[in-house]
Amino acid sequence: MLSIKNLQASINGKAVLKGIDLEIKPGEIHAIMGPNGSGKSTLSKILAGHPAYEVTGGSITYCGQELTPLSPSERAQAGVFLSFQYPVEIPGVANVSFLKSSVNSIRKAQGKAPMDAMDFLSFIREKCQQLEIDESFLYRNVNEGFSGGEKKRNEILQFVALEPKLAILDETDSGLDIDALSVIAGGINAMRSPERGIIMVTHYQRLLNYVEPDYIHVLADGKIIKSGDKSLALVLEEKGYSWLENMEQA
Amino acid sequence: MSKEHEPLSALLDGDYQHGFFTDIESETFDPGLDEEVIRRISAMKNEPEFLLAWRLKAFEHWKTMPTPEWSSVHYPKIDYQDISYYSAPKSIEDRPKSLDEVDPELLRTYEKLGIPLREQEMLAGVAVDAVFDSVSVATTFKAKLAEKGVIFCSFSEAVHEHPELIKQYLGSVVPYRDNFYAALNSAVFTDGSFVYIPKGVRCPMELSTYFRINAASTGQFERTLIVADDDSYVSYLEGCTAPQRDENQLHAAVVELVALENATIKYSTVQNWYPGDKDGKGGIYNFVTKRGACRGKRSKISWTQVETGSAITWKYPSVILKGDDSVGEFYSVAVTNNHQQADTGSKMIHLGKNTRSTIISKGISAGHSHNAYRGLVRITPMAVGARNYTQCDSMLMGSECSAHTFPYIESKQAQSQIEHEATTSKISEDQLFYCEQRGIDPEEAVSMIVSGFCKQVLKELPMEFAVEATKLLGISLEGAVG
Repeated sequence: MLSIKNLQASINGKAVLKGIDLEIKPGEIHAIMGPNGSGKSTLSKILAGHPAYEVTGGSITYCGQELTPLSPSERAQAGVFLSFQYPVEIPGVANVSFLKSSVNSIRKAQGKAPMDAMDFLSFIREKCQQLEIDESFLYRNVNEGFSGGEKKRNEILQFVALEPKLAILDETDSGLDIDALSVIAGGINAMRSPERGIIMVTHYQRLLNYVEPDYIHVLADGKIIKSGDKSLALVLEEKGYSWLENMEQA
Repeated sequence: MSKEHEPLSALLDGDYQHGFFTDIESETFDPGLDEEVIRRISAMKNEPEFLLAWRLKAFEHWKTMPTPEWSSVHYPKIDYQDISYYSAPKSIEDRPKSLDEVDPELLRTYEKLGIPLREQEMLAGVAVDAVFDSVSVATTFKAKLAEKGVIFCSFSEAVHEHPELIKQYLGSVVPYRDNFYAALNSAVFTDGSFVYIPKGVRCPMELSTYFRINAASTGQFERTLIVADDDSYVSYLEGCTAPQRDENQLHAAVVELVALENATIKYSTVQNWYPGDKDGKGGIYNFVTKRGACRGKRSKISWTQVETGSAITWKYPSVILKGDDSVGEFYSVAVTNNHQQADTGSKMIHLGKNTRSTIISKGISAGHSHNAYRGLVRITPMAVGARNYTQCDSMLMGSECSAHTFPYIESKQAQSQIEHEATTSKISEDQLFYCEQRGIDPEEAVSMIVSGFCKQVLKELPMEFAVEATKLLGISLEGAVG
C-alpha cells in the first residue's frame, strides 16, 4: 500500500533524506528506529506532507497514487494518519469539536454522511473507554495544558477514531509511564488489521515489547542502513546504534 | 432611472416609505450641506421645533471643528459637500429583478453563511415582497413587546410618538459637541432605532434591527437610542452577518445607551459592511460613536462586537460608570484582511464607587491590513474601589499586516485596581498542519483556530449570532493563509 523509492528531501536547502526505499503491505507493522537526528521524524512528516520539507527526488506511492502532489488534508482524507511526536495546542478549541470536525471531514471525503452531535458523542465516549481516557479530556481545549502523556493518549484516541489505512506513529512511546504505555500499546494492537499498515517510529526498543513489529528498519543520516525482523531490535538494545554506524563506515 | 418609468416607480415607491411621515414625494437631495439641507431633512420628517433647533446647533458647531487626524487610519480627504444627505429609498425599478442580477461573489458568501433564499433576496435588495414577510414577523413581535410596555420603533416614529423621551435623552450621552462625526450625525441623521424598557421589565426577546420595519432605509447617518429604566433588562442586536448592499461610502452612526438603577443593557454588533476589493478599492468608512451611561447604581452595560467588514472601522464603544457598583464590559473581535484598516477599542470612565470594567479585545490581521486597539481606562478621584481588567490579544497572519496596541490608563484614585495584559501571536504553520493532518481543510482550519482565539468574545454573543459570527470569521479570512 505504500511504496517509497529512493526518496530524497531537504529543509531550507539542507538534505535530510538521502535515498529511502521502503515497501509496506496491508496488515504489516514496520518499526523505524535510529539515533537522534537520523531522519526518523522527518520521514514521518514528509509522508504526511509537512510544508516545510521539499521532496527533491524519488517517489512515494500510496494505494497506487502518487502522494507528493497531495496536500496534507487530502492525504489525511485518503487515509494517512500521523500521530505527532509533539502534538500541537489549539487554544480555545474544545477537543470534542476538533475530533468531530476531523472525523466528519474524513467521512465526507469517503462519501459517508456526517455524524451528528449525539451519535458522535456516543461514538467517541466508547473510544475513550477503550483507551481508559477520562471523558473530561473531550471538553478540554485541544492539547492545551495536557501533560506529555495526555497528549500522546489524545493522539492515539484520534488514531482509533479516524481508523486510517496507513498510520504513522511518531515516538508515541516517549513521555509515557509504564501503565500508560501498556494501555496505548493495547490501543495500537486493537487497530492491527489485515487492511491497515502501521509505521512505528521509535528511539527505544521498549514499545516493541508491547507491539510486535513485522519488520525493523534502522535509519542513520537520512538512509536505511539495516533492515530485519523483530530480532534486530534486541541486537540494537544490546549493542547500541553505534554498532551499525561503525559497520556502515567500515 | 429612465424617463418613461418615472410615473410607475413613483406609484410603487409608496410601498417602501414605511416610517416616513410626509406627503412630500421622496427624493434624493443633490450633494451639499448647508442650513437649508438640514431644514429640508427636518421638514420631510415633520419634526418638532426642538429637534430642528438641536440639529442646527450641531451643524453650527460642526462647522467650527477640524477633521480628526489622531487615529492610525489613512484615507483620502472626504469632501462633505460632495455627499447627498438624504436619499429616497430605492424604487423597485432600480433594484435587481432577481438574484441572477446580483454580484455572484455576494451570492457565494450568502451560500456559505447558509442564508435562506428569501432572505438573500431581501439583503441584496431584490425587488420582491420579502419586505412584507418581515413586516408580518415584526407585527407579531410588536404585539408581544407592547404587552410588556416595551417601545421599539424607528427613531422618526419615536420623535412623533414619544417626543418627551427623545427630548430628555437625545444627546445626553453623546453630546453633539463630542466629536466631528457625532456633530455631523446630530445635524443630518435621517433615521435609526429607539428602544425604551419600562421599570422592572425584562424584555421578552432579543431586539434586532433586522426585525424592525423599515430597517433598510436608515441610511448612512444612523442614530440609535436605548433607555433601560430601573430594574430592567434588554439585549439588542445590531447588524447581521450577511454583507449588505450599500452605496454610501461614509457611515457615521451614533449610538447612545442609558442604563438606570439596576438595569442591564447588552448590545451586540456584527458589522460586515463591504470591505472593498482585494486591492483596497472602495469599501465603507465606518466612523461610529457608541457610548453608554451607567447612570444608576448597580447598572450594567455590555458591548460585544464582531467587526469584519468596512474598509475602515473607527469606533470605541465606551461606558461611563457613574452609578456606584455599576459594571462596564467590552468584548471585541476585529478582523482585517487585504487592505482593511481598523482602529477600535473602548473607553471606560470610572466615576462611581466600586465600579468595575472589563475589556477583552481580539484583533486578527491578515493580508496588508492594519489593526489597532486603542483604549482608555480612566479612574477619577471619586471612584473608590474601582477595578479594571484589560486583555488585548493580537493575531497576525502573514508578514505584510500590522497590529498595534495603544492602551491609555489614567488613575487618580489610589484605592483602585487596574490590570492590563497583552499578547501578540502568529497563527502557526504547525497548528495549521496539525488540523490539516486530521483531514480538516485549510480554510476550515483557519476558521477553527481563529474562533478558538476569539472564544472569550464569541461566547458573549447570543447563541445563533455566535454560530453565524464564527462562520463569518472564516469567510473574512479566506485566502489569508496558504
